[in-house]
Amino acid sequence: MKRKSLGSRIVAAPYIVWSAIFIVVPLIIMIYYSFTDATGVFSLANIAQLGKYKKAFLLSILYAIIATLVTFIIAYPLAYFMTKLKVSSQKMILMIVIFPMWMNFLIRTYSWISILANTGLINKFLAVFGIGPLKLINTPGAIILGMVYDFLPYMVLPIYTVMTKIDRSLLEAAEDLGSSALDKLRKVIFPLSLPGVVSGVTMVFVPSVSTFYISQKLGGNKTMLIGDAIEYLFNLGPDHYNVASALSLVLMALILICMAVMNRFSGEDEEGVII
Amino acid sequence: MEKQKNIVELKNISVVFDGETVLDKLNLEIKDKEFITLLGPSGCGKTTTLRIIAGFVEPDVGEVFFDGEKINGVPAFKRQVNTIFQRYALFPHLNVYENIAFGLRVKKMKEAEIEEKVREMLSLVNLVGLEKRKIDTLSGGQQQRVAIARAIANNPKVLLLDEPLAALDLKLRKDMQTELKKIQQQLGITFIFVTHDQEEALSMSDRVVVMDGGKIQQVGTPQDIYNEPENAFVADFIGESNILDGVMIDDYLAEFSGKQFKCLDAGFAKNEYVDVVVRPEDVDIVPLEKGMLQGTVTSVTFLGVHYEIIVDIGGFKWMIQTTDESRVGDNVGLFIEPDAIHIMKKSEYSGKYGDYSSYSEEIDHLSDTEEVEN
Repeated sequence: MKRKSLGSRIVAAPYIVWSAIFIVVPLIIMIYYSFTDATGVFSLANIAQLGKYKKAFLLSILYAIIATLVTFIIAYPLAYFMTKLKVSSQKMILMIVIFPMWMNFLIRTYSWISILANTGLINKFLAVFGIGPLKLINTPGAIILGMVYDFLPYMVLPIYTVMTKIDRSLLEAAEDLGSSALDKLRKVIFPLSLPGVVSGVTMVFVPSVSTFYISQKLGGNKTMLIGDAIEYLFNLGPDHYNVASALSLVLMALILICMAVMNRFSGEDEEGVII
Repeated sequence: MEKQKNIVELKNISVVFDGETVLDKLNLEIKDKEFITLLGPSGCGKTTTLRIIAGFVEPDVGEVFFDGEKINGVPAFKRQVNTIFQRYALFPHLNVYENIAFGLRVKKMKEAEIEEKVREMLSLVNLVGLEKRKIDTLSGGQQQRVAIARAIANNPKVLLLDEPLAALDLKLRKDMQTELKKIQQQLGITFIFVTHDQEEALSMSDRVVVMDGGKIQQVGTPQDIYNEPENAFVADFIGESNILDGVMIDDYLAEFSGKQFKCLDAGFAKNEYVDVVVRPEDVDIVPLEKGMLQGTVTSVTFLGVHYEIIVDIGGFKWMIQTTDESRVGDNVGLFIEPDAIHIMKKSEYSGKYGDYSSYSEEIDHLSDTEEVEN
């Protein structure tokens, strides 16, 4: 690497200051809290307490994995069929996918309550046929539904983007060499869309594993996920910041490990695909 | 060549894209084991013709036969043809070995057979030792070889080549021409080759199909095409030509440039207007008084093997290729043997190709730096 010129340093300066203030400093504060007690003395007591939250951790990971999987199963075929449509239709579907993102995430989640509630839209409709009321709200299924709904665009967009960039002549070549539509998908499209899949999986998994709002609103406070635990502890007041920080630190480490594992799947050349 | 069966037949094919006629009632018979070239400028329909045979384009009208069977509607993956794509279209996620093995794996061949076939292909295209390399680490020439190996590993009856050499530099292109010809003879299969490079077409092919405007202008051996062009387009596109307006006074007697010339052509109506082609290398520069035509030298270019001399005769600029030097401003005579004169019927192309007044543009055309994009 050649040395950076003065000009490029000046241009980069605001970003460096920005990342220092909003990324590095909070991280240091978090690490400081993690390894001290309420009086500011070094302590490993917070880390030792984390065993209590094992169930919340495991549940968060499990829900996040299921939500990511479901999102992938919906998003991949959607992205694939989108690329086969006319450009104008592609744009329209893309618009529909992005549209909910224009609304606030909390409002979107909240709206599911009125759909899933015992007196909600679905149960009212079913009641017409004498069915129900079914227990939809406050179930693990509702939490996963919320995650899938909220994070679906983050899976569709990267996969769709990578897929549209696949050279059409590669598909013709595969066909020319005897590949049926399924062979083409398996042997050419899927491997070449992997960077998009990895990107999408990360962008869905990370917010899913750390979410707290969805589980509270759609899970009815029964299910404590790791995000809920952290939020709960912070709300208890400054005395609990230390444990909450330790939890956040472990969650962050966990996410980093997951991302590292995912990155291996995308092959050695695809560094930097993940945001 | 005459008795060979037709491996591919195109009957009355028409294709229209977005209201534009790409192919217009095209008929073509391709013989088994021949090296046939579709030659023409960009947009002439040559690539579309190839894609119809490959199965990527369905003709709007007309029938496609392969080995005697109609194959309209048969998808590309079920056809016994393989294609070498213009930009190779090699799979970037696979190494050289897996690229070549791709078609074999799709066919679910046994691993040992695949290995044997891939090894055979690697040695055929001189790539032994590179099997583990990723595609993007290969040079253009090597990628070209992988593309060839990948296509012929499937034992196609017909290999389609879509301007496969266009992306290579001149030296490499010449080598690959020889090599492709060799491979074709070795395998004994039909090659259908698409190019806009007339020299490539003449040097490699058993037969050349000259196309323009979605129509076949002429089909024939390279010698036929060069010596007996059907119309002014073919005469101009293949090699250099002086194309003049003339009148067929009688059988074996033509008039152009205000003089009458003996020629070898017959069968035209008396006093029929015709196009006359005289190739630059068939004209001799002689002393003024011995010439059948007289003119002034306006340009002399030394090209190594010969000089390219432009002679102005009554306002029409002739191109003459000769090993004898002349000087600009010389008054010279031109001598033309009867067998150097080729008479063509008037066509829609008559008058489109002028003389060599704009000689510098012709030089650009000669060097053929035209970059081929999809």
